[in-house]
This record gives sequence, C-alpha cells and structure tokens, in this order.
Amino acid sequence: MITAAVQEREHYLNASYGIKSWLLTKDHKRIGLLYLATITLFFFLGGAFATLIRIELLTPQGGLVSSETYNKLFTMHGVAMVFFFLIPSIPASLGNFFLPMMIGARDLAFPRINLLSWYLLVIGGLFSLFAMLAGGVDTGWTFYTPYSTTYSNTWVIATALGIFVAGFSSILTGLNFIVTVHTMRAPGMTWFRLPLFVWANYATALIQVLGTPVLAVTIVLLFCERVFHIGIFDPVLGGDPVLFQHLFWFYSHPAVYIMVLPAMGVVSELISTFSRKPIFGYRIVACSSLAIAVLGFLVWGHHLFVSTQSVYAGMVFSFLSYFVAIPSAIKVFNWTATLYKGSISYATPMLYAFGFIGLFTIGGLTGLFVACLGIDVHVTDTYFVVAHFHYIMVGGTIMAYMGGLHYWWPKMTGRMYPEAWAKLSALVIFLGFNLTFFPQFILGYLGMPRRYHVYPEEFQILHVLSTAGASVLAVGYAIPMMYFIWSLRYGKLAPANPWGATGLEWQTASPPPAHNFEETPVVTHEAYDYSTVIGEVIEVG
Amino acid sequence: MASQAHVETLALREQFDTEAQQKDASTLGMWIFLITEIMFFGGMFLAYTVYRGAFPMVFAVASSSLALILGAVNTVVLLCSSFTMVLAVRAAQLGQQRAIILFLILTLLLGGVFLGVKAYEWKDKFEEHHIPGPTFHLEGVATDQQGHAQLFFSLYFAMTGLHALHMVIGVGILTFLIFQTRKGRYTADYMTPVDVAGLYWHFVDIIWIFLFPLLYLIDRHMK
Repeated sequence: MITAAVQEREHYLNASYGIKSWLLTKDHKRIGLLYLATITLFFFLGGAFATLIRIELLTPQGGLVSSETYNKLFTMHGVAMVFFFLIPSIPASLGNFFLPMMIGARDLAFPRINLLSWYLLVIGGLFSLFAMLAGGVDTGWTFYTPYSTTYSNTWVIATALGIFVAGFSSILTGLNFIVTVHTMRAPGMTWFRLPLFVWANYATALIQVLGTPVLAVTIVLLFCERVFHIGIFDPVLGGDPVLFQHLFWFYSHPAVYIMVLPAMGVVSELISTFSRKPIFGYRIVACSSLAIAVLGFLVWGHHLFVSTQSVYAGMVFSFLSYFVAIPSAIKVFNWTATLYKGSISYATPMLYAFGFIGLFTIGGLTGLFVACLGIDVHVTDTYFVVAHFHYIMVGGTIMAYMGGLHYWWPKMTGRMYPEAWAKLSALVIFLGFNLTFFPQFILGYLGMPRRYHVYPEEFQILHVLSTAGASVLAVGYAIPMMYFIWSLRYGKLAPANPWGATGLEWQTASPPPAHNFEETPVVTHEAYDYSTVIGEVIEVG
Repeated sequence: MASQAHVETLALREQFDTEAQQKDASTLGMWIFLITEIMFFGGMFLAYTVYRGAFPMVFAVASSSLALILGAVNTVVLLCSSFTMVLAVRAAQLGQQRAIILFLILTLLLGGVFLGVKAYEWKDKFEEHHIPGPTFHLEGVATDQQGHAQLFFSLYFAMTGLHALHMVIGVGILTFLIFQTRKGRYTADYMTPVDVAGLYWHFVDIIWIFLFPLLYLIDRHMK
C-alpha cells in the first residue's frame, strides 16, 4: 500500500520523462546525477589505467608494455582521476544535489549556469578522451616544461585543452555555490547554523574560484609556447621552465584541498549523524575549512624543493606547509571528541567515516614528512610521495565520497542499498587500500622512484603486495557499483529520514519533490540538534 | 517567505523568492566572476613582472618602441566608453529606454574605436618585425639579447590580445543588450543585465588601465 502511494507521488525523477528532460534540465538534483554518471565513467577509466600500471609492476623487467606506453598509462591515470574524477567528485555530484537542500533553497542561484558547467565537464572530458584514444599523452599529469612544450610527441594540446575547458566547469560550480550560500539560505538559516558540509563546500568554492583561473592562464601560456614558441618557458629566449611549475602548483596544490575539503564536510555529517551528537566545536570546525582554503594558497613552493627555488624560499614554504596541519588536526581531534560518549551506530557510511579518519591521518602525517626540507630531498619523486597523496586522495576523498554516496543514496533514489553487502565492500575497500598503498611508503623510503617500470629485483615483493592489494581494491569498488544499480529497482523503499539525521534535506520526502520542499522550511535550531528528530527515525514515507 | 514556486518571469526566476534576492545573486555572481578574471590575468602579470625583473634594460628598450600616442589615445577612448556605460546604467535605473540604447551604442562605438586602433598598432608591429618568431628583430638591442626582447613582445601580444578578446566579448554583450532593450525587456524595476554588463565593461577598462603603464610607460626614461 505504501509502495503504491510512494510511486504515485510526484518527485524530481518522475516529474518529467525523456532524454531531453535530462539533457536540458535545470534541476540541481538531476544535474547532480548527470555529474555522478560522468565522474563514475572517468573513475573506472582511470581505474583501468591504474590496473595496467599495477600489472606491469608485478615484474621488475618491465615486459608488459614499452616505456613509452607506461609513460602514457600513468599520465592518463592521473589526468582522468585528478581532473575528471576527484576535482568534480563530491562538490559537483553530492554538493550539487544537497547544498541547496541543506540550506532550504529550491535550487542553486544559477541553474542554467549549473547545467552549462556539466556540459563543460563533458566537452573537456571528450577532448581528453579523444587524446587518450588517438594515442595518449606522456608528460605526466603535471605537464612540466620544457618536455611538454618542446619534446613530447604526444597529444599534449588536446589533453590540455580538455583540462582548460573542464576548469571552467569547476569555476562555474564554485561561483554558483558561493552565490547560493550567500543569497539563498532559508529564513532562520544563519551562517553558524549551516551544516558543516555546506561550510566545507563553501571553502572549496573559494579555492575553485581563486585557483582554477590561474591553471587556465597557465594552460594558455603552455599552448602559446608549444604552438607559437613564444619563449615564456624556453631558456633559449631567456624564459624560465620553472615559472611553469610555480604557476601550475599555485593551482594544483590548492586543488588538493578542492578534493579533500568536501570530503571533510561529508565526514562531519556522518560522524554527527551516526553518533547522534552535534560536532564538537562546531564553529572552529567550520572556520578550519576556511583556514585550510586560505593556507592552501601559501604552500605551493613545497613542490619545488628540488627545483631552482632558493633555500630560503624553501624554508618559508616548508614552515607554512606545517601550518596546514593545524586546521586539519583540529578537524580530526574534534571528530574524535564528537564520538566521545556518543550513541555510535556502525552503519556503512560510518564505517567509511572511520576509514577516512584513519587513512587521512596517515596521509596527513606523511604530508609533514614531505613538507620537511631534509626528508623531502630524500623521498622526492619516489613512491613515498605516491603513497602519501594516494592516502589523501583515495584513502581520504574516495572513502568520504563512498560514505556520502551511501548516506544520501536513500534520499537521491528513494531506495535503500543492501546493508550487509555494503558493509562487506567497505571492509574490502579498507583492506585493499592499505595493502595497495602501505607497501609503497616502504618502497619509496627504500628508493624506488615513481614513473619507472623497470626496477631492481629487491623491490619486487613490495610491488607484488601492492598489486595484490589493488586487485582487492578493484573488487571492493565493483561490488557497490553492482548493488547500487540493483537497489534502484529492488532496494527497500527509503523513508524520508532513515538515519534520524538533522539536516533539512531529511525533512522532505525521499526522493524529494522537484522543488525540494513542499513548503519553504524555517530554521529555528542550531545544526545537529538531535532533540528535533526524536521519534522520527522509523517514520516511513 | 513561505511562498511556493511561482510562475517564472525574466524579472523573477523560479528559484528566487524576491526580486531583491535575484538582483543580489546576479550582482554577487558577476563580482565573483570578475575576481576569477583578475586571477586569470594575474598569471600573465606575474610572468611580465618576473621577466621585467630579469631583463630590465631590454624591456625598457622594447617598451619605448611601442606607439605611446596610440596607447594614450586608446586609454582616453576606453575611459570615455566607461563613462557612457555608466550613463547607460543610470538611464536603465530611470527606465529611459531611448537613453539606454543611445548610450549603449556610444559605448559600443568607443569600444570599436579602441579595437580599431589596437589592430592598427598590431599591423605596425608586423611591418616592423616585432612579431615573435624567426624574423623577429628589435633595433637597439644586442644580438644575444634579441630573445629577451622577443619575450617582451610575446607578453605584449598575449596580454593585449587577451584584453582585446575580452573587449570583443564585451561588444557582443552590448549588442545583445541593445536588441533586448529595443524589445522593452528592461524597466526601472528590472535592469540587472545592464547593471552587471556595466561591471564587466568597467573591469575590462581597468585591466587596460594597468596594461598601459606597464607596457608603454614604465622605464621609458631609461632609453
């Protein structure tokens, strides 16, 4: 009976039908799903490149692919994962869907620009896909000059143009989020009543808006240098190749925070919901997101410790890099403090949140190792660095992304995912991840350089462990893909608020109506006030 | 405020509750867009600063070869166009349709003059072999420093070219606004597009206000 009632109710998924109603939609929820599909595609594409890399590294001789092909594999893995999965991941899919709902708005401030930004990501993605299919690119995802401008004989321009176009997608999403948070909050939704996910996405949007244009102009200069040889990065004419590295990392270091800040926002939601306590020190956690966004712009030089940068600049950048640890640690300590005496439940999203805290802590602490001048000289361009940033990006961002996806899946689709399978795959992912990347810390410390596919035999055992872990990880990612699709049809119907959470997005039906709320909500409580949801947990409909 | 989704009009899109809210959102959106533009141009300003610091003498010589009079004329033209743009915005606030169109057309013409003068300057550069490339040559600079001089002109073309591209986009926006005004789209109550287009036009103007002294004036006395 309930089933029939729910299926007859009009919501954003059945409000209109047909391919046009999706491709021309202005509904932030549908655009969020379009993003979800797009980034999932790139995630598995990047994963396929990673698989080939790991299979190649099983043996020290480097027999499976040629060196040229190997260069292309790790480049395209990086490009697909960084620019077309990680950067759009949480903000463009979950953020797009839930940021307006969490502040009680009907949509983002600029719905058409929102749709445009999805198209820009697709167009940029097609450019890069074309480059990958036509023969690939071998510069590394960092496109360092002068190799990328003078020597590489691969599809540098097409790939760079793809990233340029996708960059504007990121800029427009950020712009939309900032304006939305400033102007579209529901009555009573003051700044310090915003859910921490909104704060995190707001801080992310600031980085997107301030950083991405610098990447864009860097790509324009790279383009001019490669096509017209204007000399900006060419020492023959007095140009400086290292200037490229400065410009590139001025964006690409803050880009790391574009990837991880929204993840921290997700984790704040999860920790609070599943321990049924407000986040300890809510205000300072909110401000720590802003602090990370600001500090993130002051540390790019730690990628240039072994370039021509002066020792004094290196010392300053090293010192400033340590500062980023403060707001990051504030978050970790405050999440832990929230758990204290909480009523903790171990639902799947919470397992991912726990995974995030542990792995992000390891990734963050090893970040201090590489921010330290002396140690960095030893481990520069080794697998230690590879392991470090995968702990942040995969162990951090993807863990939180998966957690968020499980947490909000009932709201997005109106269906529950199968809890037992989900718990199993969360465990598999956690184990597979550690087996893949922990050996890489040791490999790097022992001197295994990154981006080489022929290596001394003594490293083989650690590489085999890592490849074995990658296989486990692949299984871990395949299971959710299958049960999520399964649940669309066969999953249990989701109640409006299956977790007893406090956010406004839970106070409307699952899936939500096209305009999000039957009536514009009026906010009278602080965020995470669980006295407001007592008794609502089991309510259906 | 507990209003429901209302019938959408140009003056009030369905996601907004009030006209004031929509205007705030549009204006803030344009300001943030302009901030991204500053960061975008900033990369080139940085490159210019770095190389000017590295090769001050060559940059001084190269800078003095630019046509000072044409640059100065263009500065005046662009400042006047900002003035007519302000008048257009004012006319829009007062709901004077004919005045909006008049001032937008004036702005458009001044923008066109700027681009014409710029094109003429670039043509001169072609004839003087100041275009970066194999035939590049700048008088008064030693042979082994021709590359550094070329760097100046690379930056000159990249920066003025990017600025001109923004002017062309601005001309397109003005044309669009003129047609929309003729259709009677803008009233004293709803003139946000004219307002935010004005912000954009002033921004492009300000970029030039920085480009002109950097490229044409600084170190001219050193020659």
